[in-house]
Amino acid sequence: MSTFLQQLVNGLSLGSIYALIALGYTMVYGILRLINFAHGDVYMVGAYVGYYASTRFRAQEPSYPRAIAIMVLSMVVCGALGIVIERFAYRPVRRAAKMTSLITAIGVSLLLENGGQLLFGADPKFFPSNAPHREFNVASVRITSEQLTVFVVSLVLTAFLLAFIQKTRTGKAMRAVSFNLDASKLMGISTDRIIAITFALGSAFAAAAGVLVAMAIPKIDPLMGIMSGLKAFVAAVLGGIGNVPGALIGGLIIGIAEVFTVGYLSPTYRDAIAFAILIGILLFRPQGILGRVEKEKV
Amino acid sequence: MKMRRTGMLALTLGVAAAFGCAPGRSSKEIVIGEYGSLTGNTATFGQSTKNGSEMAFNEINQAGGLLGKPVKLVVEDDQSKPEEAATAVTKLINQNAVQAVLGEVASSRSLAAAPICQGAKVPMVTPSSTNPKVTQVGDYIFRVCFTDIQQGEADAKFAAKSLKLKKAALLYDVRNDYSVGLRLVFAQKFKEYGGEIVAEQSYSEGDSDFRAQLTQLKSANPEVIYVPGYYTEVGTIARQSRDLGISAPLLGGDGWDSPRLWEIGGKALNGCYFSNHYSVDDPAPAVQKFVADYKGKYGNTPDALAALGYDAARILADAIKRANSTDGAKVRDALAQTKDFAGVTGTITIDKDRNAVKPVVMLKVQDGKFVFQERIEPGA
Amino acid sequence: MIRRLAIFAAVVAALWALDALLSGTLVPGMMISPYVLQVITLAGINVILAVSLNLINGFTGQFSIGHAGFMAIGAYTSAFFSVNFGSSLERVFRILPEGPRRGAVLLLVLAAGAVAAAIAGFLVGVPSLRLRGDYLAIVTLGFGEIIRVFILNIDAVGGARGLGGIPKYSNFGWVYFFAIASVVVVSRIVNSSFGRTLLAVREDEIAAEAMGVHTTRAKVISFVISSAMAGIAGGLFAHYLMYIHTNSFTFLKSIEIIIMIVLGGMGSITGSVVGAVLYIVLTEGLRAFEQYRMVTFSFLLILIMIFRPQGLMGHRELFGRKRREARQPSTPSIEA
Repeated sequence: MSTFLQQLVNGLSLGSIYALIALGYTMVYGILRLINFAHGDVYMVGAYVGYYASTRFRAQEPSYPRAIAIMVLSMVVCGALGIVIERFAYRPVRRAAKMTSLITAIGVSLLLENGGQLLFGADPKFFPSNAPHREFNVASVRITSEQLTVFVVSLVLTAFLLAFIQKTRTGKAMRAVSFNLDASKLMGISTDRIIAITFALGSAFAAAAGVLVAMAIPKIDPLMGIMSGLKAFVAAVLGGIGNVPGALIGGLIIGIAEVFTVGYLSPTYRDAIAFAILIGILLFRPQGILGRVEKEKV
Repeated sequence: MKMRRTGMLALTLGVAAAFGCAPGRSSKEIVIGEYGSLTGNTATFGQSTKNGSEMAFNEINQAGGLLGKPVKLVVEDDQSKPEEAATAVTKLINQNAVQAVLGEVASSRSLAAAPICQGAKVPMVTPSSTNPKVTQVGDYIFRVCFTDIQQGEADAKFAAKSLKLKKAALLYDVRNDYSVGLRLVFAQKFKEYGGEIVAEQSYSEGDSDFRAQLTQLKSANPEVIYVPGYYTEVGTIARQSRDLGISAPLLGGDGWDSPRLWEIGGKALNGCYFSNHYSVDDPAPAVQKFVADYKGKYGNTPDALAALGYDAARILADAIKRANSTDGAKVRDALAQTKDFAGVTGTITIDKDRNAVKPVVMLKVQDGKFVFQERIEPGA
Repeated sequence: MIRRLAIFAAVVAALWALDALLSGTLVPGMMISPYVLQVITLAGINVILAVSLNLINGFTGQFSIGHAGFMAIGAYTSAFFSVNFGSSLERVFRILPEGPRRGAVLLLVLAAGAVAAAIAGFLVGVPSLRLRGDYLAIVTLGFGEIIRVFILNIDAVGGARGLGGIPKYSNFGWVYFFAIASVVVVSRIVNSSFGRTLLAVREDEIAAEAMGVHTTRAKVISFVISSAMAGIAGGLFAHYLMYIHTNSFTFLKSIEIIIMIVLGGMGSITGSVVGAVLYIVLTEGLRAFEQYRMVTFSFLLILIMIFRPQGLMGHRELFGRKRREARQPSTPSIEA
């Protein structure tokens, strides 16, 4: 039983990472109906920003304030990166055919990956620990402080995002734009600004995920965003694309499914399980767990 | 219609033919090729080996060269990927017209390249690939290290007899032949020595999260976990196993040997063991001289891969000298007859299976150092 | 009919002569570097991949990013048969001289690979092609990965360690034979009434359905043909490099093929050929600047999408009738 619980903990911790990344996917898709292929790579950039910040400002003792500062720095940098990507790569093709923007997204993704290999070097790097490492024993289940942090942060950020969308004016504007972009423009909403904010938020969350994962599993490399990004996208679809709490639920489910597949089935199917879930969901319930059915208009 | 298309095709090819020219075989120097993982998941393997072989050829060139000509080493990076190893070796043979090939460390990559060398009748000497299948590819493929049959048995003997442990769990890399092969030998021998394999899990090279597998292994309460993988994953596995509260020591093979192992695994590796080809602490004068020279040239302590790279290069050069020619078949024959070669990693004799029979050295990881534990002789 | 057979035989003979010439067997000593020959041969394999992908992406408008999966199936199936039954099959044809004998075995194993890939294409296509646009892209990508992971777990084909020792049955001649064949086949399809069905599906699927077109059936058929061709490309690839590993068939490979057809122009067969050749020329030309290569390609992709999404050729062909340029369907809206 304790093995089962331990695997559950492992799964929730992994799933929280997917959830954080999925939030960005779901927001951008909700607004632009665009799968931002490059989102997973922003997560990678976030991890590297954290890496360079940690090694640059070396400290003797790991401490919480330092860890938080590094995470916030990474979030800010990647938020800016998200805005830049949107402005220069996606906005020019916003009005074009779907395939065009999809291919552009693929192009940006490749650019970040290969640019990362060029800039950071293709070899994996090992993240120094920034926060004090502790272990907790709860009912014979071991939880590390990193795992706990990841889970708590993803819950907090999801709650923050929900509150932001429901309660603030900008949030309301985001909802309006996701409903109907042209009508929102007519209502006086500056859609360009809202879209930029959406990208900034999503990218910031991905960066947070990157830094957190780097603290928990100290290995980072320029291609780490590919698989995690895809699985996070599956999580977003699973939860209902465009739906914020759905992204959290989807992420956790995918994380748990992956860990259980590795532990009880076979580790070589680790990557396949997410895609199997994707195909299943798209065939049987394409709107996802919490999504609404969208009729295609002629 | 089709004629026009064929015509266009022929035209393009004519142009291509014009700028492609066949490389001439240089008679002014001896060109040796080396392929290795200079980048990628196991980057230190290729870098160390390259350092070792470069140092060897430098020494040879400074002493007057080989058969009166300088030796030129051409190194190709295979990015730690087997398909790139195949491409790299093809390029070395076709484009650089190498007389012989050194490489690789990882058995999977050696296995990808060996058929190509064998088919082209170019002798290939692997410094550190330990999977038995590598030299079985053909009579042009040699190795200067022990095979995993020996290594797995030594590991099992060490665990059962020296550490006196009875229950082992296995965590191996399903992605490469080395790990798969070594694990099979260990499991078989450990049982022969009276031990029991209580659990088994696998992972893929490149993975970074092993918690699911480790959690499963923990529930079987092993006394030792055998991890015959490469250093990048081993370090992370060590860390995560301690996070999960597993206190059993880890045991592994020569794939652990890297200057980066401690950087990755840290304190989690204290009290863990692995088998290797040589120990830096070996007081033999030849070893100490090599260590000193290497340190002087490259600034850090040589690992076993550097030592094997050094030995492999020198054995190849010695074979070329004995054959008095760079003809593939003659070099192959000379390699097969290598006897009692005084290498840094021991006295090397190539047996009829084109393998070297050498002792296995057991090392313990303690505070960033690899401490010599014992030497297990072949067949002992 | 006789005329066609004569042209066919002439092409085959020309390819054989060219291959013998280039590899130095005809006139020993006069040959191009084996490396350049390899590049040209791989370019031919790319042509098959690009042209077949264009059938489904460019002409049927279904965005698939799983092409590498079908290539993998073709490669592994044909390699499995060659490695295990190659010598027995060669004995069957022992009355033939060496060249045609190996060629006969190659054709057999390629056929096996193509059939396997076609079956896979059917199994993937039927559920996926019900989906639209982005979802189809992701699902095909997912299927491509599932195929790869599946192969990774089959020990009989080497599993995670790759499959080696594949006899080198394919060469420049065979690769270009199939490259030319694929161009001919696809252009035949596109210029037929079935081809017009595909274009109708591309332009406006709902309207086509309303006009009585079996859109799902058309999509699946073109998907299956496209997969079979990818399977042949995979088989040729395996028998040329003599070693294959699932690492060569990831979705990054699928994306490479997409870059080729985007570069050349998605609605044009000539465009695919041009894109495929251009891609490998640039790749090899930039070998010296290896690290900048993919960065350059990604930039190129983005720039093309922004400034010239129709690629180099657009919808135009070099030979044959010009097809009418398709209009982008415009969304009626008030430009704010």
